[in-house]
Amino acid sequence: MTRKQILFVVLGIAALIAAPLGQGNYIIYTMTSWLLFSIAAMGLNLTLGYAGQISLAQAGFMGVGAYVTALMTLAGVPWILAALSSIGSAFVVGLLLGYPALRVQHHFLAFVTLAFNTLLFLVLRNEEEITGGSFGLMGMERPTVFGISTDGNLNFYYFALVCFLVAAGIMWWILRSPWGRAFKALRENPIRAESLGLKVRRQTLLAFAIGSAFAGLAGALQSPLVQFIEPSSFALNHSLKILLMVVVGGAGFFFGPMLGAAVVILLPEILRFTEGYYLIIYALLVIVLMVYSPNGLIGAGQKIWSKFKPKHEARRDLEKGFQL
Amino acid sequence: MAEFIQILVSGLAAGSIYALAAVGFTLLWQASQTINFAQGEFVMLPAFFVLIGMNFLGLGLWPAVGFALLLSLLILGLTFKKLIVEPMLPHGTLPLVIATIALGLLMKESVKEFYGATAQPFPPIFPQKVFHVLGASVSAQDIGNLAVSMLAILGLQLFLSRTRTGRCMQASAQNPQVAEILGVDVKRMALYTFLINAALATIASVLISPVYLAKFSNGETLGLVAFIAAIVGGFNQIRGALVGGLLIGVIDNISAVYISAQYRAAVPLLLLIAIILFRPQGLLGSKEGRAV
Amino acid sequence: MSAPILSVRNISKRFGGIRAVNDVSFDVHKGEILGLIGPNGSGKSTLFNCILGQLKPTEGHCELNGVSTDGVRPAELSLMGVGRTFQQLSVFPKMTVLDNVILAGQEHEGSMLSRLFGESDAGLTRKAEQLIEFFRLTPYRDTEAGSLSYGQQKLVDAAMAFMAGPGIVLLDEPAGGVNLTMLAHLKERLQTYNREHGVTFVVIEHNMEFVMSLCTRIIVLAQGEIIAEGSPEEIRANQMVIDAYLGG
Repeated sequence: MTRKQILFVVLGIAALIAAPLGQGNYIIYTMTSWLLFSIAAMGLNLTLGYAGQISLAQAGFMGVGAYVTALMTLAGVPWILAALSSIGSAFVVGLLLGYPALRVQHHFLAFVTLAFNTLLFLVLRNEEEITGGSFGLMGMERPTVFGISTDGNLNFYYFALVCFLVAAGIMWWILRSPWGRAFKALRENPIRAESLGLKVRRQTLLAFAIGSAFAGLAGALQSPLVQFIEPSSFALNHSLKILLMVVVGGAGFFFGPMLGAAVVILLPEILRFTEGYYLIIYALLVIVLMVYSPNGLIGAGQKIWSKFKPKHEARRDLEKGFQL
Repeated sequence: MAEFIQILVSGLAAGSIYALAAVGFTLLWQASQTINFAQGEFVMLPAFFVLIGMNFLGLGLWPAVGFALLLSLLILGLTFKKLIVEPMLPHGTLPLVIATIALGLLMKESVKEFYGATAQPFPPIFPQKVFHVLGASVSAQDIGNLAVSMLAILGLQLFLSRTRTGRCMQASAQNPQVAEILGVDVKRMALYTFLINAALATIASVLISPVYLAKFSNGETLGLVAFIAAIVGGFNQIRGALVGGLLIGVIDNISAVYISAQYRAAVPLLLLIAIILFRPQGLLGSKEGRAV
Repeated sequence: MSAPILSVRNISKRFGGIRAVNDVSFDVHKGEILGLIGPNGSGKSTLFNCILGQLKPTEGHCELNGVSTDGVRPAELSLMGVGRTFQQLSVFPKMTVLDNVILAGQEHEGSMLSRLFGESDAGLTRKAEQLIEFFRLTPYRDTEAGSLSYGQQKLVDAAMAFMAGPGIVLLDEPAGGVNLTMLAHLKERLQTYNREHGVTFVVIEHNMEFVMSLCTRIIVLAQGEIIAEGSPEEIRANQMVIDAYLGG
C-alpha cells in the first residue's frame, strides 16, 4: 500500500469510529446493519467481481449463518464458537453447491444458487420444530466477548465494526496474495489462465466458498443484532438485494461493496418522502446506472474523473483478444 | 384414475402456459444472451394492459387484448430491446442481469402503485363449461388454454423452420458473425425475437390471468417457473422449453395432491438441481448446443 | 540422438467423414525450432490441438517426454512443462505487464494453500523483470497490458509462455498481425532464447519468410498429411511444396 492509501484507510476507520457518537438508536442500528451487509457484499464481490461467477444465494448463506448462530447461542454456546461454526457451515455448503455446478458450465452456478436459496427458505419455514417456522427464533443475547459486553446499540456497533474490519483485512489479504492475481486472470481470460497452469475450477470454487463464508459471518452478526430471525429475512429477494449492492457499488473494486451497501440501505431512507414511489425511482436509477456505467458507481466516478484527467486510452480494436 | 386424468389435464394446461414464458425466455437467451429476470413480470403486465383497455378506454375484451398486444410489442419488445438490452450487450451478461432484476421490480411496483395492490378479476376467455370424461371433470378453460398455447408454439416452430425470416433468425442466433457475412440483418432478427417474446408473454398473460387473477406479484412465481422449465427442458431449443413447461405443470399439480402442501414448491427446484447435476444440457438439449 | 522431447505417433483425426489429419508421425528433439506449415485447411491447427490434448485424436497419440498427452487438461500440461501462445491476443488486458508475467509463473510455485499465505508476488518479481527486460518491455512494466500495441502484446504473450521455464513451447501463429520491425525483433528474441536456454519450439505459421528464417527444421502439411520435411533450404527447393502452395 502506498502512504496515501494507508492515510485514507486510517481516516476512514476514524470516521467509522466517530460516526455513531451522539446519534439516535435508529441511526446506529442502520449503520450496524450497513456493516453486516458490507461484509456479505464483500464476500459476494469475491465470487462475482473477482472470480466472475453469479451467486444468487448470498442471503441464503447469511441465513445459514444466522440460524446456526441463533440455535447455538440459544443452547448456551458462546458467540465466538457459534460464529465460527456459522462461517464453517456457509463455507461447506458453498463447496457442496459449487462443486457440481462449476463442474458443468459457467452460468449454472446462478441457477443452482437460486434454487438453493428458495429451497432453504422452504426448509426454514416448514421445519418448525428446529427453526420455529414462520415465527422464527428470538431472544438471542448480545454476546459478551473477552469479558466485554456488547449489549446496547453503540457497543454492538463497535463490535460489528471490529468484525467488519477483520473481514475486510482478510479480504484484502486474499486479494493481495497470488490468489488475487489468479482471480483477476480468471475473470479476464479463463482460457489463457488455464493454459498457464491455473486450476480454474478449483480456484473458482474456492472463491465462491470463501465468498459464502463471509455471508456466514454476516449472518452470525445478524442474529444478535436483530435478536429475532425469520425465514423471509433470507429469501431470494434479499440475495438479489446483496447482488445489487455489489453491482451498484462496483463489482471488482475493493470498496465497491461497502459503497453499494450504503446506497442500497440509505437510498430508501432518502427517498422516503416519495412514499410509495420510492421502489419505482430506485429501480429506474439502477437501470440508468447499468446503462450508463456497468462498473457501478466507482466505475462511473472513474469515468468522470478520467474526463477531466486525459489518460492513455486503450485501443478498442484489441479487445477481441479478451474473449477468445 | 379419474382424479389422475383431472390432475394431468389441469397440469398440462398450466404447464403449457409456463411453456410460453419459457420459450420466450429461451429465445431471448439465444438471440442476445439475455437472461431475462423480468420474464415473470413480462407475463404479469399485459393482463393489466387489457384491464386498462376495458376499464378506462371502454374497449370490449377482444379489442382490449389487441390493445394489450400492441402495447406489449412496443414496451416489452421494442423499448426493452432498444433502451435496455442493446446499450448493455457489449458489457457482458452481468449488468444486464442486474438491469432486468431492476426492471422486474419497476414493473411490479408500478402496477402496484398505479393500478392497485389487490388481485383484480379478469374476464374469462373461454366458456365456463365443464366436461365429464371417464368420470373426470375437465374444464373448457383448461382445454382452451392448452390448445391456444400449443398452437402458438407450433406456429412459432413452423415460422422459425419454414419461413425465410425464421431461418434467418435461427442463423443469427447460432452464429451471428457468419449470418452477418451472409447478408442477414442480425440486429433486425434480434428485434423480431424480442417482439415474439412480447407476444408470447401477452398470450400467456391473457390465458393465465382468468385462473390466478391479475396481481402485481404474479411475476415472482411465473418467472421462476419459466426459468426452471427452460433449464429442465434444455436451454438451447424451443422443444426443450415446451417439454420443460409441461413437465413442471404436471409435476406441480401432482405434488400439490400427493406431497405435503408445504413442500410443493420444492419439487420443481429439486428437479432443477437434479437436472443440473445429472443432465446439465437439459432433457432434450444436446451437448453440442451453444455454449452457455 | 537423445530421446525425443515430443513424439507424435500416427495421429489421425476425423470430423464426421472429413479427415483433417491423416496418420501423421514426427519427433521433436531438444533444442530444435520446428516449423509446421501448410495452406489453410491443411490440418495444422487440428494437429496442434491434438498435441495439446484439447482434441482427442481418432487414432494415434502424442507423448511428451514419454508421457501421453491424451486427455490431459490444459493446466496440467502447463505444469508438465509445456508453454504455449495463442493465435489471438491472449494477455490479461486489465493487469499490468508485470502481473501478467508473474501470473504465468506463480501457479508453478508451491501449493495452492502456500500461495494464499505467501508473498504477494510469489517471489517472482525478479524473474519476471528479467523476462520483461529480455523482450525489451521494461518501460511498460507497470502499464496495463491491454493498452499496449498489438506487437507489444504479442511479446508479453511470449514472455508469459517462457515464465514457468518450460521445456517446450508451442507458438500458434506468432507472426500474425505483427508489423515487420516488431517481427524481426520477435524472431531475434526467440532465437536468442532458444540458444541461451535450449528451449524447444514448435511453431505454426503462415508467414513463410518468418518460418524459413526462424526454424531449424520444417514439416509441411497438406490435406492432413506430411508432404515434405527438412531444413529450410530443402523445403524451399521442394517442388511438392511449391505445388501445394501455388495450387499447381
